[in-house]
Amino acid sequence: MNDTDKRLLNEISDSETQKVDAYNIRKNGKSIDRKSNPFVQILPKKDNQGIDIYVKENTLLSVVHIPVILTESGLTDVVYNDFHVGKNANVIILAGCGVHNDAHKDTEHDGIHRFYLEENAKVKYIEKHYGEGSGKGKKILNPVTEIYMKSGSSMTMDTTQIKGVDTTERKTIGVLESNTTLVINEKILTEGHQKAKTIFQVDLNGDNASTHVTSRSVATENSYQEFISDITGNAASYAHVECDAIIKENGQVKAIPKIYAKNPDANLIHEAAIGKIAGEQLMKLMSLGLNEKEAEDVIIKGFLK
Amino acid sequence: MLEIKDICFERDHKKILDHISLSLEEEKFYVITGPNGSGKSTLAKIIMGIVKPDSGQILWNGEDITSLGVDERAKKGISFAFQQPVRFKGITVFDLLNIATGKKLNKKEACTILSKVGLCALEYVDREINASLSGGELKRIEIATVIARNPKMAIFDEPEAGIDLWSFQNLTEVFKDLEKESQGITLVISHQERILKIADQIILLEQGKVKQAGSKEDMLKLILQEPKCCQRKESEHE
Repeated sequence: MNDTDKRLLNEISDSETQKVDAYNIRKNGKSIDRKSNPFVQILPKKDNQGIDIYVKENTLLSVVHIPVILTESGLTDVVYNDFHVGKNANVIILAGCGVHNDAHKDTEHDGIHRFYLEENAKVKYIEKHYGEGSGKGKKILNPVTEIYMKSGSSMTMDTTQIKGVDTTERKTIGVLESNTTLVINEKILTEGHQKAKTIFQVDLNGDNASTHVTSRSVATENSYQEFISDITGNAASYAHVECDAIIKENGQVKAIPKIYAKNPDANLIHEAAIGKIAGEQLMKLMSLGLNEKEAEDVIIKGFLK
Repeated sequence: MLEIKDICFERDHKKILDHISLSLEEEKFYVITGPNGSGKSTLAKIIMGIVKPDSGQILWNGEDITSLGVDERAKKGISFAFQQPVRFKGITVFDLLNIATGKKLNKKEACTILSKVGLCALEYVDREINASLSGGELKRIEIATVIARNPKMAIFDEPEAGIDLWSFQNLTEVFKDLEKESQGITLVISHQERILKIADQIILLEQGKVKQAGSKEDMLKLILQEPKCCQRKESEHE
């Protein structure tokens, strides 16, 4: 790995994460390093790009790191990563994609991550997206996350994209059986002419299935964001979707909520709020001695924390 | 010393403040009282720079600060507790106290500040300043951010607004301590007799004018004898 690779890796994961003993590092469409351990087995796919990650049942706690780095301009990398999490296993999965594009061609990474959670499995999934480079070529990331949850399983997904990515369409699909919980926290900041589209589609198919989706986004300069949530309650289930967006300069945000209760005991809530930073928030921080710019930064940093 | 000179402020053809002049001195505790719509909050906001007057001057230790912004006045040592504390998503009590003091506090120092407003610090330092906090808690945190700055002038806009009587009883202790300890100017906008009783000086505003100002003893007599002066005037601008 060269310095750029290391820097990209540091942007999408911290040094502690890089020490874990189950990982797969993918660079420019190829796996450059991989390690399994007795609880987590990582195998390359035979018929397709990507890997299969098997977490043994009853694993008390394992951490898996699967970063992707792209430094070759003009490359379109499509990868399929499938996570098979055994019964009662508890795993933390850290993923992310760092793109460095100094040339004029577009660089694109389309990561398709599929999660199969067996009964009572527990997953914490953290992904970070980051782009850099001075070239005119665009940095494009289109992650797809599919989550299939068997009875009693739970998953938390934290997804973050702060600046640097020109175009992104992020699609997350959840299919939940009974007594499952899916929590999704999304944070996005766009600037310049960046575009970001997020789609959450969750089917609550079992009784006592629940999902909480929180999206906090900041659209600055001339950037555009779209947030689509589509939740269907097919059983006695619960959903809470919260979309909060701050717009600055000419930033635009469109939120399209769809909640569909097909079962009379489904309880589905959608909240969406889009607006500038509230004047009274700025005034309060300025009364504590910050200037307007500093106050704005504090508010946005807190909002995306 | 803060001097308010001939301040006028008009909105919708109504005189909210009509040629107000006052001098406020260090180590004194002032309460501005008067009916709703008498211009008390507007005057407090004009001192902080949140609202610009139509005419008149604000002098801070002889310097004209009328054209200075809120942050510049804050840097000169003037501080303001809002009547309705603002909520922030993602910003904790600890973050706000750090901003207020302009220092990197440790948890123990934050604790000391919060205990001054009667909050058990360990329960609160890491809480976000959002809707999960009650009106009384938010108010205390608001007051804590002002005390934390150790200001040369502290302005409290109706600290009793929006909190229950029990919480307010405890809050009066905070103001009693301020009256004893503060070396700067303390200015409280209030309708509450408990707060009026702490004051050194009471200023009675009515219809945008200083009706009367004087020592607590003289003013309390006047106010308590003339209860009409504090009746609500719902239709008027505050």
